[in-house]
Amino acid sequence: MENIKLAAKDFSSNLPVKWCPGCGDFAILNMIQKTLAGMGLPHEKYAVISGIGCSSRFPYYVNTYGFHTLHGRALPVATGVKLSNPELSVWVATGDGDGLSIGGNHMLHTIRRNIGLKIVLFNNRIYGLTKGQASPTTQPGTKTKTTPLGAIDYPFNPAQFAVGLDCTFVARGIDTDIPGTSAILERAARHSGTAFVEVLQKCVPFTDKEFDPLKDAALKEDLLLRVEHGKPLVFGKNKDKGIVFRNFRAQIIEFRPGAVPAEVAVYDETNTEMAYLVSGFTRSGFPMPIGVFKSVRKPAYEELYYDQVAAVGNTKDHELEALLAGPDAWEIK
Amino acid sequence: MNKNNNSRKVSVSQLSSVTVRFAGDSGDGIQLVGSQFANSTAIAGNDLSTLPDYPAEIRAPAGSLAGVSGFQISFGDDTVLTPGNKPNVLLVMNPAALAVNLKSMDKGGVIIANSDAFTAPALEKAGYAANPLEDGSLANYRVIGVPVNALTENALKDSGLTPAQVFKCKNFYLLGMLYWMYGLGTEVTLAWIKTKFKKVPELAAANSKVLMAGYDYAETTEIFDARFQLKKSPVAPGKYRNLTGNEAAAYALITAAKLLKKKLFYGSYPITPASEILQTLSKHRANDVVVFQAEDEIAAICATIGAAFAGELAATGTSGPGLSLKAEALGLAVIAELPLVVVNVQRGGPSTGLPTKTEQSDLLQAVYGRHGECPLVVLAASSPADCFNTTLEAARIAVKYMTPVIVLSNSYLSNGSEPFRIPKLSELPKFQLNPLPEPAEYKPFMRNPETLARPWTWPGLAGYEYRAGGLEKADVTGAISYDPGNHEIMTKLRADKVARVVKEIPPTKLHGQAEGDLLVVGWGSTYGAIKTAVNEARKAGLSVSSIHIKHIFPMPPDLGPIMRRFRKVLVPEENSGQLRMLLRSAYSIEPLGLNKMQGQPLNSDEILAKVQEILRGN
Repeated sequence: MENIKLAAKDFSSNLPVKWCPGCGDFAILNMIQKTLAGMGLPHEKYAVISGIGCSSRFPYYVNTYGFHTLHGRALPVATGVKLSNPELSVWVATGDGDGLSIGGNHMLHTIRRNIGLKIVLFNNRIYGLTKGQASPTTQPGTKTKTTPLGAIDYPFNPAQFAVGLDCTFVARGIDTDIPGTSAILERAARHSGTAFVEVLQKCVPFTDKEFDPLKDAALKEDLLLRVEHGKPLVFGKNKDKGIVFRNFRAQIIEFRPGAVPAEVAVYDETNTEMAYLVSGFTRSGFPMPIGVFKSVRKPAYEELYYDQVAAVGNTKDHELEALLAGPDAWEIK
Repeated sequence: MNKNNNSRKVSVSQLSSVTVRFAGDSGDGIQLVGSQFANSTAIAGNDLSTLPDYPAEIRAPAGSLAGVSGFQISFGDDTVLTPGNKPNVLLVMNPAALAVNLKSMDKGGVIIANSDAFTAPALEKAGYAANPLEDGSLANYRVIGVPVNALTENALKDSGLTPAQVFKCKNFYLLGMLYWMYGLGTEVTLAWIKTKFKKVPELAAANSKVLMAGYDYAETTEIFDARFQLKKSPVAPGKYRNLTGNEAAAYALITAAKLLKKKLFYGSYPITPASEILQTLSKHRANDVVVFQAEDEIAAICATIGAAFAGELAATGTSGPGLSLKAEALGLAVIAELPLVVVNVQRGGPSTGLPTKTEQSDLLQAVYGRHGECPLVVLAASSPADCFNTTLEAARIAVKYMTPVIVLSNSYLSNGSEPFRIPKLSELPKFQLNPLPEPAEYKPFMRNPETLARPWTWPGLAGYEYRAGGLEKADVTGAISYDPGNHEIMTKLRADKVARVVKEIPPTKLHGQAEGDLLVVGWGSTYGAIKTAVNEARKAGLSVSSIHIKHIFPMPPDLGPIMRRFRKVLVPEENSGQLRMLLRSAYSIEPLGLNKMQGQPLNSDEILAKVQEILRGN
């Protein structure tokens, strides 16, 4: 990496930001601008690609190359950019509707290929830009304009979905948890292969209260589980609760603060099975897990492509005249 | 290879052109035998044109009517423009192949049949109550039954191969016979066999032996009392290779990228009959030939748009249903003003339609099939080798005007082949990128005053950072704009830019005279059939000429004046009148139509008959 010092403000495009006042997107924008500044690349070496939705306005506010594409299609466009020029740091801003509904197929295949994209999925559990319809992450029973009697679709758990696809980097953060989510983005930025970061984020007009308990100073430590590689799965205001696995089932045990029993699981972000179980906690009484669920190294698609063809370009067969003539040309005099 | 050393009397006739059709089960190696025969005629100095006819199923039940695969070749001592209307020689590997193809034969034609395959169960599968080789029903044809299975087994009796391996060699027996009949050399195929079976020398030896056994059989047996000779065709000197339309399009894309000194990015999803472009390019994957098999048609074009945004020569290929799926993304490429080549290999539609059969029915989809006002350039290729020139031209226009360009090919062109003269580098068109202004003067939507193209910049270029996107852009600055007046300006600018591509169109070539009773106006794959029919009609003294349109949108500027010099205009098309509709709306003329919607190409006899019918009415 080149050693270039830039500040977060160097990545501000100076365009008026048109999200609703109080929107969680502002915090995510600030954190990403700061992350980009810390990467040591000149700012023409980034590409920020988005689809359609509130979160997809993102490229307009980042001072580098950006592309606001079609609903659901940010990932294939970003794939074309990254595969054309693997030197670029390519970021994708998407949402729960854009990335998991209309763009769901592309999400599956992008993760399957492990191409080097940083995917930030803004999960506000609603279609915000189209003004309040249920999304694939809307929780059961939620009343929206299209579910006036309450949502009956079973929702996706985005992070667990990515772990299930064997994504090489999966994390979940919260818009208001600046230190925690910044640390996640920092790691995602340096990951080789597909990085998938779900950020829980409220939508002021439609899901304003959605994540309030997770942000309430009095409650949040009992409701959040901060996973960290090599650390036991402990939570609670007094650090007196932990996760144990008995017969492959997670259970919560309580103990005296500070005296963590050996049975409490120590988190291992290279363990896909553990990442699947922990990122999937949704049972009542279980905390909302956040942090880096999975991080492993596997050759990225673009590395495999260019490694595979490394020898070809310089051969004589690849020169235009030889290519056009092929092996069985004949001459007419 | 004229070893006429036996005492038998063999007549040698001079022919000027011959059409041969090979037909058999899709597992019989018909396409292989056909393409070998084509290469051998080419090396003998004949011009040629070929057309495979695949069944839709990969392997329909053996011996069934649905499983018949065909390959037709026309070769001759003059320019060969089409793969021929009706075969002079039909070579059938089984009864089903005979049943499917007999209706396209004229009385008096030659039928060569593998008589060993005409067993009771095979006859029943093909719907024959009795063996047509024996019951006199083919009395109007010259029928030559050859027990190919037995002869092949005999030739390989000491080879040590399994019966299944021996059975697979039999197509070369028939090929050897044909080589003798037409005085063609066997060396092209022998060399091919040697390369193909390099790792299995016993199969190489067996196939070569069977080929030569067939050749010798034809020379020595009395059932073949005639052989034919064709003079060399007077083609331009140079190096040639035989190319299908799909291969030609693929090589044009690589050529364009190299001329631009850029990578080629080809993103595509498998679809009949366009997959061979993806496969051909995959063989040439390299640092500067990036081939991406996407998860679907939409991802394919979107990745391609991403590559164009990243500054590379970006192309995708598809067929009708895929073009429909790509329509939304084409809108993005139009409003973002990014260069893109889309090769659309048309097939019978709508929906899955006739996936392996040909049609010209995506013309209006290519010109108009998008949301909003969404002009782009549409070109049509007229022959397999012309797929090279047309695709190369599409790439040149795309980068010069910063616009998507659709190339219309079809199943007939994509699978058909003809000799392609390999161009020298100095003969290729010049590719030039628009020069970039200094960063301080740069605005993403400033325009070249001549072409109206915006500057092409890409991630990695310092000082030109900008945000592309699907929202309407303000003129010059490229900022998002909802200003009503601006949208009208931008709508007109996008249309005006595409309209300026008329400057790239050379004067239309008239085949025939500049005025007269009838002008036949064609586009795309009907080129050879129209030209052949017009030649025939003119020989018969009819006042008929033809033109062929490559630039579908925008149209050639001289089209109106040319058409007005004729009393009548006829537009033959493999659709129900799509070009006719465009001509009517653009020029307020009322052309006549000849329309065929059968999944089969229009042939010159049909066009000639229509020309005669129109002019008789004069």
